[in-house]
Amino acid sequence: MNAPAFAFARRHLLGIEGLSAAEIAAVLDLADSYVGQNRQIDKKGTKLRGRTLINLFFEDSTRTRTSFELAGKRLGVDVINMSVGSSAVKKGETLIDTAMTLNAMRPDVLVVRHPDSGAANLLSQKVDGSVINAGDGKHEHPTQALVDALTIRRRLGRLNGLVVAICGDILHSRVARSNILLLNTMGARVKVIAPPTLVPGLADRLGVEVHHHMRDGLRGADIVMMLRLQTERMRGSYVPSIREYFRFYGLDREKLAVAKPDALIMHPGPMNRGVEIDTEVADDIHRSVIREQVEMGVAVRMAVLDLLSRHLPNYAADGGK
Amino acid sequence: MSGRRVAYLNARLLDPDSGLDAPGNLLSIDGVVAALGPRLFADGVPGDAEVVHCGGRVLAPGLIDMRVFVGEPGAEHKETLASAGQAAVAGGITTIVTMPNTTPPIDDIALVEYISKRGRESSAVRVYPMAAVTVGLAGQRMTEIGLLTQAGAIAFTDGDRSVADGQVMRRALSYGRAFGALLCQYPEEPTLARDGAMNEGEVAMRLGLPGIPGAAETIMLERDLRLVGLTGGRYHAAALSTAASVEALRRAKQQGLPASGAALPHNFALNESAVGEYRTFAKTQPPLRAEEDRRALVDGLADGTIEVICSGHDPQDVESKRQPFEQAAFGAIGLETMLPLALELHHNQELSLLALLGKMTVGPARLLGLPQGRLAPGAPADLVLFDPEQPWRIDEARLISKSKNTPYHERPVQGRVWRTVVAGRQVFPPPRET
Repeated sequence: MNAPAFAFARRHLLGIEGLSAAEIAAVLDLADSYVGQNRQIDKKGTKLRGRTLINLFFEDSTRTRTSFELAGKRLGVDVINMSVGSSAVKKGETLIDTAMTLNAMRPDVLVVRHPDSGAANLLSQKVDGSVINAGDGKHEHPTQALVDALTIRRRLGRLNGLVVAICGDILHSRVARSNILLLNTMGARVKVIAPPTLVPGLADRLGVEVHHHMRDGLRGADIVMMLRLQTERMRGSYVPSIREYFRFYGLDREKLAVAKPDALIMHPGPMNRGVEIDTEVADDIHRSVIREQVEMGVAVRMAVLDLLSRHLPNYAADGGK
Repeated sequence: MSGRRVAYLNARLLDPDSGLDAPGNLLSIDGVVAALGPRLFADGVPGDAEVVHCGGRVLAPGLIDMRVFVGEPGAEHKETLASAGQAAVAGGITTIVTMPNTTPPIDDIALVEYISKRGRESSAVRVYPMAAVTVGLAGQRMTEIGLLTQAGAIAFTDGDRSVADGQVMRRALSYGRAFGALLCQYPEEPTLARDGAMNEGEVAMRLGLPGIPGAAETIMLERDLRLVGLTGGRYHAAALSTAASVEALRRAKQQGLPASGAALPHNFALNESAVGEYRTFAKTQPPLRAEEDRRALVDGLADGTIEVICSGHDPQDVESKRQPFEQAAFGAIGLETMLPLALELHHNQELSLLALLGKMTVGPARLLGLPQGRLAPGAPADLVLFDPEQPWRIDEARLISKSKNTPYHERPVQGRVWRTVVAGRQVFPPPRET
């Protein structure tokens, strides 16, 4: 079941940028095998027994943090959760000081979420173990993109040649950035749909088609990915109001009608029902794969932990015995 | 079967859109131009048509005025949509675009629909509301540009205020692109114009009045033009008054930016000397500028840099104007005097009659996406019949507008409206009750 280690010869996962199609496929292949394990009654494995993972979250998160925690535990890893509220950061310690302090405790993996772009990258330069970026500012959220890719691949059998529409706040979304990079690498055609205020002016340089109207952007889509819009961005600064946003950019049956008849609907969560997505569409059991995305989250993170740990300095090829 | 026909005979047909300037006839059926030209009615006028003998006068598309302040709702004692409509048709205007600076300001779907409805019910002209760019005209949060466009807002402006915050303006220009929205800015840097009462210059110095420097306008315009370059949003400078502004707009258009500009008659027919001995009727927005600025505006109109002339009609009651100059309200009325004042440019041989009329017809029509403003089969039969030569003297006592704040009292002008027609029906002179 194991993917060959050479297919993913990295110690950190800081972003999708720079990953090859073969590396992405290696993660997805391995993750596929963990989906089965996660559906058994005994989900507990011991492959990474003895390893320590610290979830270092400088922003609130429920699903990503829980997903990493479960992924670690199902591989036998000892998991510690640190959130900003209880950390020394609030007392004025710098990010690097925190990292050095934690590093002295010899964790094998640091899973980091931080409001500043580039924070995971900075940490990776300072610690001895692996760093996994669980979302840095407006930069990347690589495991979410891998989760989305696995979900699509399991449903449709491939990524190559699919038309994927990503709708919503592209400007501030690390999920969108990672997804665009991954889908382009894997040969999908990406269309982004957003009001002009919520898409970077140079978005076409990322290799996507930019649309400002749902009917143009959704036409012919195999996959419709909705992004969360933070409400503080809707009060007249980027978008005039919630009702206007929902009217022109919220996903409902009428707008979805121009996509392919069996188009899948995805959302990285948490959803704002009635803002970016209509409840009826979000809960459509035939088309919405939103809950499946959450399930795939654990398997993908297990695969990432598994692959990265093979390149830790003290990795033993026999599994640490 | 056949609808209501009106035959206009022996007219000088002027259509700035096609460049037509020829003697001929015109037929409207049910409010729409059906046919026109020198050879129309060669076989005789249809017997069922109402006949209008034009006597060789100019028959042109009815004028479109894209900058009109009305007191409705909130200040009906200054002007209503009905009274503005009466004044407009007397001036040959058949379409007015209203500013959102009312009480409450027009920043919501229901209010846009209200203005459109009141316009239809009570006004002799076609009324199109502009909606506010920012909620409450406060310059902070953008309005629902998409929903307001669907509700009938023809463009967006904060009226007599600038959207001063650069980020707000940038986002509005950018966001508006998705809906093809036109942003009309009154360009004036408010911190430089603060407390100013007239153009900053020698006249202000001698009168001891605080000035509004021309740079206040040009700085805002130049900033906006850079934001247009950044966003690609459609931009219209609602009223220009300085030589430097004309030059800035000229350069922007050479670069291909989607920018346009308008001039008000005040700024090309008068200069700052009209303030004289503290005449508050000459306290206008933009302020009356120096002679070289006035000259540059005329040049900008002549070379096409400025493609719109609008009245900037801004009614103020006696109480608002009978004040020390600094405390008096800004604004001058203009619906009834726009055409003869613009015609001065023709009589002075600055612009051809066709080019001049284009700035009050097809020029604004193109910016606003309106079908009127043209003499062509299928276009609305909104018409003005006028004698461009006939001399008369402006008399504030004979103006129809509810407010009388005109700086042109007793000015001799040339060009008189004989008849104004909206959708094929005579609206001026007021048709006799039957």
